Amino acid sequence: MAETPVIELQNVTKTFGYVVANSEVSMDIRQGEILAVLGENGSGKTTLMNMIAGIYFPDSGHIRVRGKEVSIASPRDAFDLGIGMIHQHFKLVDVFSAAENIMLGLDGGMLLDRKGVAAKIREICDKYGFEVDPDQKVYDMSVSQKQTLEIVKVLYRGVDILILDEPTAVLTPQETDNLFAVLRNMKADGKSVVIITHKLHEVMSVSDRVAVLRKGKYIGDVSTKDTNPQALTNMMVGRTVELNIERPDPVNPQPRLVVEHLSCTSPAGVQVLKDVSFTAYSGEILGVAGISGCGQKELLEAIAGLQPVTAGSSVRYFPEGQAEEQLVGCSPRKIKDMGVHLSFVPEDRLGMGLVGSMGIPDNMMLRSYSEGHSIFAGHKKPNQMAKEVVDELGVVTSSMNAPVRKMSGGNVQKVLVGREIALSPSVLMAAYAVRGLDINTSYTIYHLLNEEKRQGVSVIYVGEDLDVLLALCDRILVLCAGQINGILDGRTATKEQVGLLMTSLQEKEGD
Amino acid sequence: MSQLVSLLQAAITFGTVIMFGALGEVVTEKSGNLNLGTPGIMYLGGIAALAGAFFYESGVENPSAVVGVLIALVCCVAASALGGLIYAFLTVTLRANQNVTGLTLTIFGSGVANFFGGSMNKLAGGVGQISVATTSGGFRATLPLAKLGTAGSILFNHGFLVYTAIALAVVLHLMLGRTRVGLNLRTVGESPATADATGINVTRYKYTATCVGAVITGLGGMFYVMDYIKGTWANDGAIESLGWLALALVIFAAWKPLNTIWGAYLFGILYWLYYYISGLTRYSQELFKMLPYVVTIVVLVMTSMRKKRENLGPAALGQNYFREER
Repeated sequence: MAETPVIELQNVTKTFGYVVANSEVSMDIRQGEILAVLGENGSGKTTLMNMIAGIYFPDSGHIRVRGKEVSIASPRDAFDLGIGMIHQHFKLVDVFSAAENIMLGLDGGMLLDRKGVAAKIREICDKYGFEVDPDQKVYDMSVSQKQTLEIVKVLYRGVDILILDEPTAVLTPQETDNLFAVLRNMKADGKSVVIITHKLHEVMSVSDRVAVLRKGKYIGDVSTKDTNPQALTNMMVGRTVELNIERPDPVNPQPRLVVEHLSCTSPAGVQVLKDVSFTAYSGEILGVAGISGCGQKELLEAIAGLQPVTAGSSVRYFPEGQAEEQLVGCSPRKIKDMGVHLSFVPEDRLGMGLVGSMGIPDNMMLRSYSEGHSIFAGHKKPNQMAKEVVDELGVVTSSMNAPVRKMSGGNVQKVLVGREIALSPSVLMAAYAVRGLDINTSYTIYHLLNEEKRQGVSVIYVGEDLDVLLALCDRILVLCAGQINGILDGRTATKEQVGLLMTSLQEKEGD
Repeated sequence: MSQLVSLLQAAITFGTVIMFGALGEVVTEKSGNLNLGTPGIMYLGGIAALAGAFFYESGVENPSAVVGVLIALVCCVAASALGGLIYAFLTVTLRANQNVTGLTLTIFGSGVANFFGGSMNKLAGGVGQISVATTSGGFRATLPLAKLGTAGSILFNHGFLVYTAIALAVVLHLMLGRTRVGLNLRTVGESPATADATGINVTRYKYTATCVGAVITGLGGMFYVMDYIKGTWANDGAIESLGWLALALVIFAAWKPLNTIWGAYLFGILYWLYYYISGLTRYSQELFKMLPYVVTIVVLVMTSMRKKRENLGPAALGQNYFREER
């Protein structure tokens, strides 16, 4: 500890309303290291880093940069101190080119020097191994290209302390490796890198040191080489989390949903689902695996009536003790009115599932407003339902009626999943139900799904984490390029098998 | 032939009013502020210019056109900047709803203008008696080039504000596309959070753009009063309808200053077309007066069908920005 840390936080506290996001946090960031800031959802990682980046201002406490006490009131101040942050939601202007995005906000002459900027971008790219086309428009870029652009943008500003907020959440494994290679290059160049994450294997593979936060408090730091995932998990959650997900055997499975020759074409004319046929049984969890964008979203939306399907597609639904129903051609509302309870946890939790400016009870009501015969919507039931969801899932919010968009990502997700499950559906479709959730909440969700399964619900679960799919699901359907590439038994399948099916399309036998 | 010449002349004069209105609104909207107070600000600019010129001309023995023009300009700039400032204070600092604020500003501006317009009428001795002939003459002074045949009378038979508008459109085009200030301004309108994160002072840009935009819009009001109706006042609501047309022109021009030039003149032609078509009744005239709006709707439909991102308005248009909001 001979040299001064580049950033030192001392007793930093930040509150939002009644919620304490950070309480008396003291930590440091050292020169030329990759520091992982680890913590569950809502543990205050992002808030803490936002204070260093000038987005939020601490209520109390001191921040020292290179030994000097500073007050960081705006992102501009942060840049001047050599601090840059890559946010989870990219701060890029869609209609601008890469070069324009890099230029904006910079000091300099009145006229824009496009050539000079392009040359400097190329120089940075060569140095660290990026690929950026200065003239490409952001709306034409993939997520990983946008992230690269964000990093180049802060490097262009001469930043030597780089903070990345969950940078890998949107990347494929291949892109993640590329990113980590770049981060190591930057570290070799003497820059300090902070990465906010809750993925343990990333912490282990890329970081030098781990700082752990729990419920807004600083727990401590360890050298990555002296620790292991189990120890980190214990620090993160404060107690040992049972790593086994229970998997009760299906009881008396009956076909609940028979999907035949389901095909779908995107508005752009690309066939996104190709002749998908499978059966979902009552009392089982059917997992859907696949690289993102392989038709998972379209599959669930087609069943829910939100996605037009091509002729010849059939989705037959067998309600308990009633005649079968054909779901293709029905509106989402009609599917519900027929007594078919499809609950859907959309991929984008705020975009499709909840209304950001409304409180929890009002969001509950979105699903139940049409019940009953009165012209007035009742508030009693939604209020009660909201209370149950908040209590059962441990949602942290400043008030029940506070707009959900002001809650942290994980808490928003809890409200959404809780609402769908509370409606006691007979087929429950959940896409990425645990995306962005911490381990504890994830387990709560798995438990709830198992509860549904025991009650004879047919659960279709689209997930990203193969370990979870293998531990939770009875059967795993693997999608590859919009086709079913195989259906495996969750109890006997191996990770390698699923991985292979996800990446390489098998030759169809017979037809 | 002379019919066509006079149609084009009328179109250029008419177009200049809404070109100012639209250019001002483009600047304002590029900062993400949707100022529906355009008609109100045009009213403020117009009445302030008229009042300044009126009191100057009635208070001085031999009024000079140059001084009259300058006084009118200063009054117009001050009053319209004040209108922009009110809007910016309410929406940027107090975060009031932009639509409501803009509409209120329109009602406020027309109320203020018509009140003082009425009062000045009284001072001048009756309705329609206000005359600022000298100042208005200064605004309408033309170059000798105007006498050069047909082309001269179409292109050069106008006061200096007509050319100011065109020059302004070119300057704004260069400013938005080529300068640092323009890039930063566009960023504020597209994504204030991005602008903020890169250290652009969002509040300052919004205030400045709204006030500068209001001044440009106000010039349209002044041009209407001094040139279009030749230095008098009429409580007929004409400025308001021109203000709305200016807002339509912003959309029509896809927020591009250069497009407002030909767009404004096209609107002018479409607006005055009924006057030059023989055999129209009072009722069928009204159908032709709809043309500028119909064209705007058609353009809107076409651009939204093509879905080219650059032709849509600023992404954060109409939204107030608050840094700590998620």
